[in-house]
Amino acid sequence: MRLDAKIPGGPLTEKWDRHRFELKLVNPANKRNFDVIVVGTGLAGGSASASLAELGYNVKTFCIQDSPRRAHSIAAQGGINAAKNYKNEGDSIWRLFYDTIKGGDFRAREANVYRLAQVSNNIIDQCVSQGVPFARDYGGLLANRSFGGAQVSRTFYARGQTGQQLLLGAYSALMRQVADGQVTIFPRREMLDIVVINGQARGIVVRNLITGEIETHPAHAVVLSTGGYANTFFLSTNAMGCNVSAIFKAYKKGAGFSNPCFTQIHPTCIPVHGTYQSKLTLMSESLRNDGRVWVPKNPGDKRSPRQIPESERDYYLERKYPSFGNLVPRDVASRSSKHQCDQGKGVGNTGLAVYLDFADAIKRDGKSVIEQKYGNLFEMYEKITAEDPYETPMMTYPAVHYTMGGLYVDYNLMSTIDGLFVLGEANFSDHGANRLGASALMQGLADGYFIIPYTIGGYLAGTPLPEINTSRQAFLDAAQTAKDRTTKLLSINGNRTVDYYHRKLGLIMWDYCGMTRNDHGLMMARKMIQELREEFWENVIVPGANEEFNQSLERAGRVADFLEFGELMIIDALARKESCGCHFNEAYQTEENEAKRDDDNFKYVATWEFKGYEKEPVLHKEHLAFENVELTQRSYK
Amino acid sequence: MTKTINLTLKIWRQKGSDTKGQLETYHAGNISTDMSFLEMIDIINEQLTLDGKNPISFDHDCREGICGMCGAVVNGRPHGSEKGTTLCQLHMRHFSDGDTVVIEPWRSKAFPVIKDLAVDRSAMDQIIQAGGYISVNTGGAPEANTTPIPQETAEIAMDAAACIGCGACVASCPNASAMLFAGAKISHLALLPQGKPEAAKRALAMVSKMDGLGFGNCANERECEAECPKEISITNIARLNREFIKAGFFSSIM
Repeated sequence: MRLDAKIPGGPLTEKWDRHRFELKLVNPANKRNFDVIVVGTGLAGGSASASLAELGYNVKTFCIQDSPRRAHSIAAQGGINAAKNYKNEGDSIWRLFYDTIKGGDFRAREANVYRLAQVSNNIIDQCVSQGVPFARDYGGLLANRSFGGAQVSRTFYARGQTGQQLLLGAYSALMRQVADGQVTIFPRREMLDIVVINGQARGIVVRNLITGEIETHPAHAVVLSTGGYANTFFLSTNAMGCNVSAIFKAYKKGAGFSNPCFTQIHPTCIPVHGTYQSKLTLMSESLRNDGRVWVPKNPGDKRSPRQIPESERDYYLERKYPSFGNLVPRDVASRSSKHQCDQGKGVGNTGLAVYLDFADAIKRDGKSVIEQKYGNLFEMYEKITAEDPYETPMMTYPAVHYTMGGLYVDYNLMSTIDGLFVLGEANFSDHGANRLGASALMQGLADGYFIIPYTIGGYLAGTPLPEINTSRQAFLDAAQTAKDRTTKLLSINGNRTVDYYHRKLGLIMWDYCGMTRNDHGLMMARKMIQELREEFWENVIVPGANEEFNQSLERAGRVADFLEFGELMIIDALARKESCGCHFNEAYQTEENEAKRDDDNFKYVATWEFKGYEKEPVLHKEHLAFENVELTQRSYK
Repeated sequence: MTKTINLTLKIWRQKGSDTKGQLETYHAGNISTDMSFLEMIDIINEQLTLDGKNPISFDHDCREGICGMCGAVVNGRPHGSEKGTTLCQLHMRHFSDGDTVVIEPWRSKAFPVIKDLAVDRSAMDQIIQAGGYISVNTGGAPEANTTPIPQETAEIAMDAAACIGCGACVASCPNASAMLFAGAKISHLALLPQGKPEAAKRALAMVSKMDGLGFGNCANERECEAECPKEISITNIARLNREFIKAGFFSSIM
């Protein structure tokens, strides 16, 4: 495997323009001769499918849900960043670029991040044209709010449902192309393998989730936009169906996997309350615009929050980080919460929670203003906890939320397999070791609307692609492998359910590869996962048959992949002997318990090459060059 | 306060779209009142699996009330009896010890049952395909602040746009009408200046598609509004009708 980022030459600010000019174009009349497969219909996949179809490509789009409108981008609450500078605060493309690079603790590529900031403004324009009902000021112009890691208000939002509205915008554009016959949509299909012929991605194998039929689909290029792998932890804010399987299958077929240990743990989620719990719910970062985070000063203080006087509260984020206050980046806020709880200052029944208090904001602005900004979030909180956050402070604790790692892609968003493009959360590209709030929506839509339409053209125009069909051996083999694995899963007939193994894996990952890590724990966890995986393949029970709607079988396949992939996360965490962003190895910290990077030795993208089942993967490094920003100890004080 | 309750469940079991289904009885013991409704079904399914039986199929994904994937009729009411709540956000604290709970799939000609509680709602995608969009290609958009939109208009459009496409409106309607779903989309887009140029064409196309797919007509029963987990107002149906009539009078598209 050879890593080549293919970053265009020239000054940072001119790279994208120059690259777009240099990319080969497909003649408009020839686009109809190319078939493109898009897997996943979130912000990245939905926008890519629609935009590619508008250009004239024949697009086949696949999703596991019953409708493309349900992908998990829909659950993003808070907002989407753009460098519009509508607030006249001195924002600029350069500042958005700088904040994102710094927020990621200097582990992302300058050129990619700069391009992301450049196209951010086009995204807002595009979405407004589609009818996305963004929040507006009294004058009718677009409103903004602040998110973590930035000192300007650059986040556009639609109440607490920004992801929903952006996704429905992309979905409507996609549905228009379906009506035009440019996109064929395949819902309730799960990708089980990728087909590589002569080193080029030429198709996929999917299981029809209703009938169980294994189908093969050919194409000239394949685009994966299948999201992140936070569900390796079982409990996360991701939807139940989110999984690593598509990108993990690509990894096994030769796509490099980068920075798998970079997992974002979001500071404000509703705390875990029972062993039966199936998922965790995020409370948007936007709440930290008005909510103040605190714990009692004295460990073990069990009084109700309103009985604890001001003088006995510790607003620890405001105290430790006076210039960013409650709006420090997510990794910093999460570790601080854990640190307080570790000292016995956590609140609630479990002691694993901190307060997020709106009393001051309600006193200052009035209840109706707070209701208008966060009403649906407060309602959601009350539905789950039966407590009214207008009266009592919310209780929150960090939870796994997003994964910065993903398949390796070059500047064209192409993986190490020719013709296999990876967009959105599924790739590793833009967020380094920590993603800033409201940047995931920006990246998904940037990739889908404004990057892949150009770069895929460059590939298709400049690459000889022989005619193929699905009777080729590679298709038959991939389909057979998929069938064999399904048969195997159904035949074990053991004594433990799929969820049992998934929960166990999740606990191992959370305890040893979560907010803080150490070498001893990681090594132990690796062994535990190997043993758990072995037991899974001997003792799992998967009821029913293949030839039916079988949700247990779907989950079994995904958990089998998580059980292999979790080990790769640990291998990656062990290999990175520094702390950076979300990756906090206890052996590498500053005197103030902040992450301590080692730029001399670890300023690289760690990319893993698959070498076979239960064989050690091989590490390849893309060294990151920082020519435009100065590497500093990240400080939010 | 957390406590545990015991329930008798009567759940619709149906192997596939072309087989007959029936209610089967299950016992749900020691259910924590902090649990969500779907977590309770998870527990039943874990036990069924260990007993060598087939677990209950049901659609679900985000479990935070926004993806629109989940839904079942609980004691005769789509998503259960809590106002403005999806099934995944319904919590067991709203049930009492000893209750019998009947759980059935959405029932509508346009939503065939796939298995147990899971139904096929692709007809709703087809309604959107008929015109539930603004025809703008990527790249052609003007600067976002070129057209101011009064805050109140944007808020009303957002109220309509909040629809999650779950199909509860159809399931609750005696005529299995999708007017609230279509009305919400038609209103959302017609209210905004960007959506106005196509408003007439959109209303005609979406309504005619809806009729063609076997959804019934609106008879002002208002069940849809009462059961909508996002509390979409029935005024959106009035707006749909206005757009539809306007389109009929003033355009030559009909």
